[in-house]
Amino acid sequence: MSARDQHGLAAPHGEFQIIGKPQRKIDGAAKATGSALYTDDLTLPGMLHAKTLRSPHPHARIVSIDTSAAQALPGVHGVITGKDLPTPYGVIPWTPDETALAVDKVRFIGDEVAAVAAVDEDTALRALELIQVEYEVLHSYQDPKEALERDEPTIHQNKRGDNVSKRVKLDFGEVDQAFETSPVVIKGDYSFHGSTHAAIEPHCALAQVDGDGLLTLWSATQITHYVHRALSSVLDLAPHRIRVIQPAIGGAFGGKSDPFSLEFCVAKLAQITGRPVKMLWTREEVFYAHRGRHPMEMQYSLAANEDGKIQGVDARILIDGGSYSSFGLVTTYYSGQLLTGPYDFPTYRFDSTRVFTNKPPCGPKRGHGSVQPRFAFEVQLDELAEKLSIDPIELRRRNSLGPQTKTVNGQRITSCGFDECLLQVEEASDWKNKRQSLGSGKGVGVAGSMYITGTNYPIYPNEMPQAGIQIKVDRSGVVTVFSGANDIGQGSSSMVAYVVAEELGLTLDMLRVVAADTDLCPVDLGAYSSRVTFMVGNAAIDASRKLRKLVVGSLAKHWDVEERRVRLVKGEALDLEDPERHMTMAEAFQIAEVEHDTLGATGSYNTPTLGGDYRGGSIGASPAYSFSAHVVEVEVDEETGRIDVQEVWCAHDCGKALNPILVSGQIEGSVYMGIAEALYEHHQTNRFGLHSGPSLLDYPLATTLDTPEIKSLIVESNDPEGPYGAKEAGEGPLHSAIPALSNAIFDAVGIRLRHLPFTPDVVLRALREKRANDNQAPSPGSDA
Amino acid sequence: MRVLQLEINGDAREVAAHDHWTLLEVLRYSLGLVGSKQGCDKGDCGSCTVLFDGKPVLSCLTLAASAVGHQVTTIEGLAPKPTGTLQPVLDPVQVAFNDCGALQCGFCQPGMMLSARALLNTNAEPSREEIHQALSGNLCRCTGYTQIVQAVETAVARIAQGDGASASNDGAAGHSPPDGGVPA
Ligand code: FES
Ligand code: FES
Repeated sequence: MSARDQHGLAAPHGEFQIIGKPQRKIDGAAKATGSALYTDDLTLPGMLHAKTLRSPHPHARIVSIDTSAAQALPGVHGVITGKDLPTPYGVIPWTPDETALAVDKVRFIGDEVAAVAAVDEDTALRALELIQVEYEVLHSYQDPKEALERDEPTIHQNKRGDNVSKRVKLDFGEVDQAFETSPVVIKGDYSFHGSTHAAIEPHCALAQVDGDGLLTLWSATQITHYVHRALSSVLDLAPHRIRVIQPAIGGAFGGKSDPFSLEFCVAKLAQITGRPVKMLWTREEVFYAHRGRHPMEMQYSLAANEDGKIQGVDARILIDGGSYSSFGLVTTYYSGQLLTGPYDFPTYRFDSTRVFTNKPPCGPKRGHGSVQPRFAFEVQLDELAEKLSIDPIELRRRNSLGPQTKTVNGQRITSCGFDECLLQVEEASDWKNKRQSLGSGKGVGVAGSMYITGTNYPIYPNEMPQAGIQIKVDRSGVVTVFSGANDIGQGSSSMVAYVVAEELGLTLDMLRVVAADTDLCPVDLGAYSSRVTFMVGNAAIDASRKLRKLVVGSLAKHWDVEERRVRLVKGEALDLEDPERHMTMAEAFQIAEVEHDTLGATGSYNTPTLGGDYRGGSIGASPAYSFSAHVVEVEVDEETGRIDVQEVWCAHDCGKALNPILVSGQIEGSVYMGIAEALYEHHQTNRFGLHSGPSLLDYPLATTLDTPEIKSLIVESNDPEGPYGAKEAGEGPLHSAIPALSNAIFDAVGIRLRHLPFTPDVVLRALREKRANDNQAPSPGSDA
Repeated sequence: MRVLQLEINGDAREVAAHDHWTLLEVLRYSLGLVGSKQGCDKGDCGSCTVLFDGKPVLSCLTLAASAVGHQVTTIEGLAPKPTGTLQPVLDPVQVAFNDCGALQCGFCQPGMMLSARALLNTNAEPSREEIHQALSGNLCRCTGYTQIVQAVETAVARIAQGDGASASNDGAAGHSPPDGGVPA
């Protein structure tokens, strides 16, 4: 079976046994008992501890580094600087602008300069103090507008000699004409602040070089395969001399999807010292590593007819990239390319520019590059609804794109449950009775969104599968599945087990999943772009069906019946027409092994060719799109400016919920994260480039007391190409939570919050302005 | 450096520790009890929570020496001692967390489950508000807390029915308390 074949929606044996039903995770018991091992839980004999020296300047040339005193400190085994690891890298192969340690320049406060391995962390920290670095301080950029206008000095060298990281300008249809001829035009400025992932587990890596020179790296990464490639290039070591393993990981959210300095440093230090080396970043260092949500300043214009039908969208976006490229090329595309659903609009233009600044580098955070424009656009849609006096849900319905359609930028939409999402949140929230009628200070707001389920852009161009699965069968009945996918807590290894167990008629206790180990597992590209369930799920079906065919064929011969009579279910093989005839799966495997020799199978997935026929048309092209709608109910305290989010309803079209518990968990976690970043979080530096508070106290994460009631509503549109119809659930349900919150605040107190975050001072200022405006010219509603 | 006599999960343990070492350092580095997690080392996240005589404390802010004289429970000691049957027996809190999907990345959860256990030690029928209060010192970045709160409520209901410790490993799960939790 070719990897691109569709597997269909049906259960392999009549009724689904496992898929679609609530299941425990296969690593649930290990996590419940505390026995799951995370990277920092691993210790090796003779292990050294490493620490990193970081830049105190936001932008400076390194004149000299003297490490001799650090080298001489007793207990220190290795000291490295940029000249030991000079090869540049970057997760996107076109923009390799990072080095493991600064070679000639530092570009933000916290940039890595040197690393020390010592017998313990205290000794390593003392050694860092002995390293002498002479800097020549350069002008630093903290404001992206300045970086756009000023070229001297440049943060990175490029051909243009400016500070632009990436610019993408695309238009589709006659945009200007649409704006000239449409009766309603709305323009507005919006902005999204920076936020960071703040996974509770800090980054950690451990390296060991064995007696044959084979390097093993254990790392808290969500991209084992890319780390493998980057290590090979930076260490100048053949990839077959490197093994990368991801142990249990304590959250990621996109914050562990770049290769990071510490991974190269421990590897190099292990090579130099001949001892295993571990580095665990402090919480403060995790804030510097960042790669979080890009701040964006966004100008949107919207043209529409009197009936609310959108005629054109025109966007200009300035993206603050921080100091390195990271995924920035993709971010810049995503900021425009992913806005073109769930609504149908005939014309569209976006002009997005990402600039470098001397701040911690931004990257992909849950809903990469598209949460910010989604916020702006969905608030603007609410303004349109207000202007035309149309119910905001009705307005969205009128513009809904629907299934089996094409977006204005040429993306293929297959399944689409957006209308159902709108209906579900409308009903569950009692929208019709609540809107404009909850009374003083209370309100509801709605928003919708769309997100990719993986992308056909494999980061480095190649024709090989994007996801692979290998299955090994033991005579005991145990089936071991090797999956390259990074389980980052979302449960991808469990998903693989559910699929294989369903296909082979096994119970879950017969399954073992070995994941994210480059020596043992086939390549998977990693846990990003919401690709894993769709791609790895399909690869697992592919492999399982090949194996099932062998087993069913052998049993049919053995029993001398037609193959259709053989059923594998709940750990047993049965003859459907003769209840007397059955055996355990272990026996069935043994019979098949006699016929076919040692049993096993591989499976893979690759995307079909997708995307618009223009430069960049494949970025944002996904084999399937997920859809979400949110209704948020708030109460605004007009005395204090405090916003109390009472309840959030999120309906999410995940295609098919392979395990509804895990899908609900992804929806709830997404909603929590979106609401929390809108109200409490702000990842920022001051005008000197100093982080404003790199701790979980100063960067406050929402607790149980700050998190609203969240109602997750699962919509199943049964995608024709997803595994049993499944699409993503991990990122989509974050997007529209934030604009729905802003729209709810408008319904509650009549202020339009177009700039995040919604802190009490912002709310109070907007309320004051509204009162002043109301006194001048009494009218309902006002602008912030 | 001093020698400390500690009682950890019912075992008398003698460890040598630097004077400035925290209990978290002793647990993780000296005793190999790595189930207690370090999320911040500053008292902000709660992932290092352990119990002193049944009450939650942050082990990253607790000097190891001050654990002397207390019964310390870590996640490795949350499950009751095996009774000799081969079937593993877990605390109802652990079973419910597993059944309800609360264990996403799991990194916050040793601390979270111990805080939940501490609550149930003093309050057999906590309201949702009391659950929120009791868990408010434990940050979770994955779950949005919803399934965590469901798990605690499920554990409460199952304990009230005299059930909850059974950890059947057929994989099936759910969170309709108390016994509808595991569908056939
Ligand atoms: S590690 Fe102790 S509170 Fe975070
Ligand atoms: S489960 Fe990941 S932080 Fe709570």
